[in-house]
Amino acid sequence: MSIKQAATEIIEDFELFDDWADKYEYIISLGKELAPMNEEEKTEENLVKGCQSRVWLNAKYENGKVIFSADSDAIISKGIIALLVKILSSQTAQEIAETDFSFIDEIGLKEHLSPNRSNGLAGMMKKMKTYGIAFQNA
Amino acid sequence: MYNEYIEKLRTDFPLLNEKVNGKNLVYFDNGATAQKPQVVIDSLNNYYTKLNANIHRGVHTLSQEATTKYEEARKKMQTYINAALEEEVIFTKGTTDAINLVANGFSRGILKPGDEVIISEMEHHSNIVPWQMACEQTGATLKVIPISDEGELDLTAYQNLLSDQTRIVAITHVSNTLGSINPVKDIIALAHKNNIPVLIDGAQSVPHMKINVQELDADFYAFSAHKMYGPTGVGILYGKKELLDELPPYQGGGDMIKTVSFQKTTYNDLPHKFEAGTPNIAGGIALGAAVDYLENIDWTKIKQHEDELLAYGTAAIKKIPGIRVIGEAKHKAGVISFVHETAHHYDMGTLLDQMGIAIRTGHHCTEPLMHRMNVSGTARASFAFYNTKEEIDYFISSLNRVLNMLL
Repeated sequence: MSIKQAATEIIEDFELFDDWADKYEYIISLGKELAPMNEEEKTEENLVKGCQSRVWLNAKYENGKVIFSADSDAIISKGIIALLVKILSSQTAQEIAETDFSFIDEIGLKEHLSPNRSNGLAGMMKKMKTYGIAFQNA
Repeated sequence: MYNEYIEKLRTDFPLLNEKVNGKNLVYFDNGATAQKPQVVIDSLNNYYTKLNANIHRGVHTLSQEATTKYEEARKKMQTYINAALEEEVIFTKGTTDAINLVANGFSRGILKPGDEVIISEMEHHSNIVPWQMACEQTGATLKVIPISDEGELDLTAYQNLLSDQTRIVAITHVSNTLGSINPVKDIIALAHKNNIPVLIDGAQSVPHMKINVQELDADFYAFSAHKMYGPTGVGILYGKKELLDELPPYQGGGDMIKTVSFQKTTYNDLPHKFEAGTPNIAGGIALGAAVDYLENIDWTKIKQHEDELLAYGTAAIKKIPGIRVIGEAKHKAGVISFVHETAHHYDMGTLLDQMGIAIRTGHHCTEPLMHRMNVSGTARASFAFYNTKEEIDYFISSLNRVLNMLL
């Protein structure tokens, strides 16, 4: 599945909800479903800058695909990073390096996040893209 | 009926009628900044519409009128806080700026290696970092008064810290995170026995009480306009004249000089010595309007109302399973800091915002205090006199709903 396809699935999921609470319930459920991250990956280096809560993000490169792992001590942040991981994990480094994250606007995530959270979101996207660019040259 | 009185006061604050995320705003972030009454907004508007001119120098009419209004605001503040002299009231950018002014002055000629500065464990970063900087520059040492688990200063420890080396004590009047009201009058009296001056950080006290600097016998008292229903970007440093005279100027520039030559500049008298450059004229005048407003409210009724809000809110939030209140000092202003055993404060704050409720989450610029209380951060609801029990009811039911979503 391409980034576009994976994003479209989530956008369609979000379209089912017309109330903010349902959208957040969905984000929270994504957070609860996120595969656990190894404790040793929760390092200072893997912390995403600009988040109010602590968000860790790590990536490895396997068979030409970037595999992300992530966690957060706040469930909404965890849900947001889980959403990004769901879309971007197992994609090629090139696809991740080239994504413009336009799906975020389509999901309507920004309007439901406080500015500080938006900053966290920007940090998450930047870190994911950096991994894509780094693995492209691997 | 004082409830009618509060309802009447509420109508003075237009922003309280706004909707946020489609819901009626419940503004519980007053510790960060208070909303403004219409008279303050009108004053700002009027200044730029009718009065804008630079002050203190102009010979033309507008400049003289603006100067008169600005200096009237200083006089109003002098009366409001009961300062002995008009020139003891210095306009600053805010509390942080006011504390930096004093700490910077102490770092240039007053503090020496081996000297000590006393602060407390519950200080805001703006009453920690300026003193740390002053100590780093001079070789002085920072001493910290510990606090109890309830969030009260350990006054015995404080007395033991006072020594011949102590040059200044800098303490908050009301904790922004815990709401504790510190016994600053006693703290000042104890320091004065040793001839040590005391700076009080009044950022969080001025929204809740009328301050009398002479009665407290404070040497310096720093506070911000925006927390006392005035505009942002302006604050006050009150200082006793003899101490302000001893302090070197903070910033150089226009207005703070007597004469300038390339060989030697002589400094202006108080208060202008500390007011370099064009000040926040509109802000200063609007602060005067805020003082007029506060002079006309019934502080006895307001204190009773705020105490009731705090007791009502504290009792209600404690009934929610898993919630723990951080800061249970005997004397508290309208602040409820809380944590949940599993739900993260950011999650609570984010979801409450969706319901139109504005609270603050995080470390509240008091990282050492968070460390002391053994929490990474808290959610904080902070009240002003215009808040109501009905808003607390909505907040509590919303918080229950949030916790249902998160758990």
